[in-house]
Amino acid sequence: MRRHHDMGGLPAARCERDEHDYELWEKRVDALMMLLSARDRDLLRVDELRRNIEDLGAKAYDAMGYYERWMHAITQTLIQRGVLTIDEIGRKLAEIEGQDDGGKR
Amino acid sequence: MAANAESPRFAVGERVRVRRADPPGHVRTPWYCRGHVGTIERLCGAFANPEELAYNRPGLPAQPLYRVRFRSAELWPDYRGGAGDVVEIEILQHWLEKA
Repeated sequence: MRRHHDMGGLPAARCERDEHDYELWEKRVDALMMLLSARDRDLLRVDELRRNIEDLGAKAYDAMGYYERWMHAITQTLIQRGVLTIDEIGRKLAEIEGQDDGGKR
Repeated sequence: MAANAESPRFAVGERVRVRRADPPGHVRTPWYCRGHVGTIERLCGAFANPEELAYNRPGLPAQPLYRVRFRSAELWPDYRGGAGDVVEIEILQHWLEKA
Protein backbone atom coordinates (compact mmCIF):
# COMPACT_ATOMS: atom_id res chain seq x y z
CA MET A 1 0.00 0.00 0.00
CA ARG A 2 1.19 3.51 -0.75
CA ARG A 3 2.26 5.44 2.32
CA HIS A 4 0.73 8.87 2.73
CA HIS A 5 3.85 10.98 2.16
CA ASP A 6 4.79 9.04 -0.99
CA MET A 7 2.55 11.14 -3.24
CA GLY A 8 4.90 11.62 -6.20
CA GLY A 9 3.30 10.71 -9.54
CA LEU A 10 -0.25 11.37 -8.33
CA PRO A 11 -2.51 14.01 -9.88
CA ALA A 12 -2.05 17.33 -8.07
CA ALA A 13 -3.12 20.96 -8.04
CA ARG A 14 -1.18 23.66 -9.86
CA CYS A 15 2.37 24.19 -8.56
CA GLU A 16 2.95 27.50 -6.70
CA ARG A 17 6.30 28.80 -7.91
CA ASP A 18 6.45 32.02 -5.86
CA GLU A 19 9.15 32.39 -3.24
CA HIS A 20 8.01 33.46 0.22
CA ASP A 21 9.68 34.84 3.32
CA TYR A 22 10.42 32.50 6.16
CA GLU A 23 9.43 33.19 9.76
CA LEU A 24 12.24 33.58 12.29
CA TRP A 25 11.27 30.30 13.99
CA GLU A 26 11.45 28.50 10.64
CA LYS A 27 14.97 29.78 10.08
CA ARG A 28 15.88 28.61 13.60
CA VAL A 29 14.57 25.13 12.86
CA ASP A 30 16.68 25.07 9.71
CA ALA A 31 19.75 26.20 11.67
CA LEU A 32 19.09 23.58 14.38
CA MET A 33 18.97 20.86 11.74
CA MET A 34 22.27 22.04 10.20
CA LEU A 35 24.01 22.15 13.58
CA LEU A 36 22.73 18.73 14.72
CA SER A 37 23.63 17.03 11.43
CA ALA A 38 27.11 18.55 11.13
CA ARG A 39 29.60 15.74 10.58
CA ASP A 40 31.60 16.47 13.77
CA ARG A 41 28.45 16.21 15.91
CA ASP A 42 26.46 13.57 14.00
CA LEU A 43 23.46 13.83 16.35
CA LEU A 44 20.95 13.50 13.54
CA ARG A 45 21.02 12.21 9.96
CA VAL A 46 18.78 13.57 7.27
CA ASP A 47 17.51 10.02 6.69
CA GLU A 48 16.35 9.86 10.33
CA LEU A 49 14.64 13.21 9.93
CA ARG A 50 12.81 11.92 6.86
CA ARG A 51 11.79 8.65 8.53
CA ASN A 52 10.29 10.53 11.45
CA ILE A 53 8.42 12.87 9.07
CA GLU A 54 7.16 9.98 6.95
CA ASP A 55 5.95 8.11 10.03
CA LEU A 56 3.54 10.95 10.87
CA GLY A 57 -0.10 9.93 10.47
CA ALA A 58 -1.83 11.23 7.33
CA LYS A 59 -3.88 13.81 9.23
CA ALA A 60 -0.89 15.19 11.12
CA TYR A 61 1.22 15.18 7.95
CA ASP A 62 -1.33 17.32 6.12
CA ALA A 63 -2.10 19.61 9.07
CA MET A 64 1.55 20.48 9.83
CA GLY A 65 3.58 22.97 7.82
CA TYR A 66 6.95 22.06 6.32
CA TYR A 67 9.04 23.26 9.28
CA GLU A 68 6.53 21.98 11.82
CA ARG A 69 7.21 18.51 10.40
CA TRP A 70 10.95 19.16 10.73
CA MET A 71 10.50 20.27 14.34
CA HIS A 72 8.52 17.14 15.13
CA ALA A 73 11.17 14.95 13.47
CA ILE A 74 14.11 16.68 15.18
CA THR A 75 12.41 16.16 18.55
CA GLN A 76 11.71 12.48 17.82
CA THR A 77 15.29 11.85 16.63
CA LEU A 78 16.82 13.46 19.73
CA ILE A 79 14.60 11.25 21.91
CA GLN A 80 15.50 8.12 19.89
CA ARG A 81 19.22 8.97 20.05
CA GLY A 82 19.08 9.52 23.81
CA VAL A 83 20.21 13.15 23.49
CA LEU A 84 17.14 14.50 25.31
CA THR A 85 14.84 12.80 27.79
CA ILE A 86 11.05 13.03 27.63
CA ASP A 87 11.07 14.76 31.01
CA GLU A 88 13.57 17.42 29.87
CA ILE A 89 11.40 18.24 26.86
CA GLY A 90 8.21 18.30 28.97
CA ARG A 91 9.72 20.67 31.54
CA LYS A 92 11.19 23.00 28.92
CA LEU A 93 7.89 23.17 27.03
CA ALA A 94 6.04 23.99 30.26
CA GLU A 95 8.62 26.70 31.05
CA ILE A 96 8.23 28.31 27.61
CA GLU A 97 4.43 28.11 27.66
CA GLY A 98 4.58 29.77 31.07
CA GLN A 99 6.56 32.68 29.63
CA ASP A 100 3.94 33.48 27.00
CA ASP A 101 1.35 34.62 29.54
CA GLY A 102 3.81 35.95 32.08
CA GLY A 103 3.74 32.70 34.04
CA LYS A 104 0.07 33.10 35.04
CA ARG A 105 -1.38 29.84 33.81
CA MET B 1 33.34 2.89 -5.75
CA ALA B 2 33.79 2.66 -1.97
CA ALA B 3 35.75 -0.31 -0.62
CA ASN B 4 32.75 -1.65 1.30
CA ALA B 5 30.27 -1.62 -1.55
CA GLU B 6 28.22 -4.18 -3.46
CA SER B 7 29.42 -4.74 -7.03
CA PRO B 8 27.20 -3.28 -9.75
CA ARG B 9 25.05 -6.02 -11.32
CA PHE B 10 23.46 -4.03 -14.15
CA ALA B 11 24.94 -2.45 -17.28
CA VAL B 12 23.90 0.73 -19.07
CA GLY B 13 21.08 -0.05 -21.49
CA GLU B 14 19.91 -3.13 -19.57
CA ARG B 15 16.17 -3.51 -18.87
CA VAL B 16 15.26 -3.77 -15.20
CA ARG B 17 12.08 -4.13 -13.21
CA VAL B 18 11.60 -2.29 -9.92
CA ARG B 19 10.67 -4.74 -7.17
CA ARG B 20 7.17 -4.51 -5.77
CA ALA B 21 7.55 -4.21 -2.01
CA ASP B 22 6.14 -2.06 0.77
CA PRO B 23 8.67 -2.12 3.61
CA PRO B 24 8.22 0.19 6.61
CA GLY B 25 10.48 3.13 7.42
CA HIS B 26 12.26 5.50 5.07
CA VAL B 27 12.22 4.11 1.53
CA ARG B 28 13.48 6.21 -1.36
CA THR B 29 12.04 4.14 -4.23
CA PRO B 30 8.93 6.08 -5.25
CA TRP B 31 5.74 4.07 -4.95
CA TYR B 32 4.57 4.95 -8.46
CA CYS B 33 7.51 3.22 -10.18
CA ARG B 34 7.40 -0.05 -8.23
CA GLY B 35 6.63 -3.04 -10.45
CA HIS B 36 7.48 -1.09 -13.62
CA VAL B 37 10.16 -1.77 -16.24
CA GLY B 38 12.79 0.77 -17.24
CA THR B 39 16.29 0.96 -18.72
CA ILE B 40 19.57 1.64 -16.90
CA GLU B 41 20.67 5.11 -18.04
CA ARG B 42 23.82 5.35 -15.91
CA LEU B 43 25.52 4.18 -12.74
CA CYS B 44 25.69 7.11 -10.28
CA GLY B 45 28.07 5.57 -7.73
CA ALA B 46 27.54 3.63 -4.50
CA PHE B 47 25.92 5.01 -1.35
CA ALA B 48 25.24 3.79 2.18
CA ASN B 49 21.68 2.45 2.23
CA PRO B 50 19.40 5.29 3.41
CA GLU B 51 16.81 2.75 4.61
CA GLU B 52 19.33 1.69 7.28
CA LEU B 53 20.78 5.18 7.86
CA ALA B 54 17.22 6.22 8.75
CA TYR B 55 17.56 4.04 11.88
CA ASN B 56 21.08 5.28 12.65
CA ARG B 57 22.68 2.08 11.36
CA PRO B 58 25.73 2.04 9.02
CA GLY B 59 23.86 0.99 5.84
CA LEU B 60 26.89 -0.95 4.57
CA PRO B 61 27.84 -2.43 2.22
CA ALA B 62 27.05 0.62 0.10
CA GLN B 63 24.52 0.00 -2.65
CA PRO B 64 25.13 0.93 -6.29
CA LEU B 65 22.71 3.68 -7.33
CA TYR B 66 21.41 3.79 -10.91
CA ARG B 67 19.53 6.36 -12.89
CA VAL B 68 16.70 4.39 -14.49
CA ARG B 69 14.73 5.73 -17.45
CA PHE B 70 11.03 4.90 -17.75
CA ARG B 71 8.67 5.74 -20.59
CA SER B 72 6.00 8.02 -19.10
CA ALA B 73 3.31 5.80 -20.67
CA GLU B 74 4.81 2.83 -18.79
CA LEU B 75 4.26 4.59 -15.46
CA TRP B 76 0.88 6.14 -16.34
CA PRO B 77 -1.12 4.06 -18.86
CA ASP B 78 -3.43 7.04 -19.52
CA TYR B 79 -0.51 9.43 -20.15
CA ARG B 80 -1.38 11.87 -22.96
CA GLY B 81 1.92 13.76 -23.37
CA GLY B 82 4.50 13.12 -26.08
CA ALA B 83 5.17 9.51 -27.08
CA GLY B 84 8.91 10.02 -26.44
CA ASP B 85 8.46 11.46 -22.92
CA VAL B 86 10.46 9.75 -20.20
CA VAL B 87 10.99 10.01 -16.45
CA GLU B 88 14.37 9.28 -14.87
CA ILE B 89 14.50 8.08 -11.28
CA GLU B 90 17.55 7.23 -9.15
CA ILE B 91 17.08 3.78 -7.64
CA LEU B 92 19.34 1.64 -5.43
CA GLN B 93 20.42 -1.74 -6.77
CA HIS B 94 18.59 -3.86 -4.18
CA TRP B 95 15.28 -2.55 -5.58
CA LEU B 96 16.06 -3.74 -9.13
CA GLU B 97 15.87 -7.12 -10.89
CA LYS B 98 16.45 -8.21 -14.50
CA ALA B 99 13.37 -7.58 -16.65
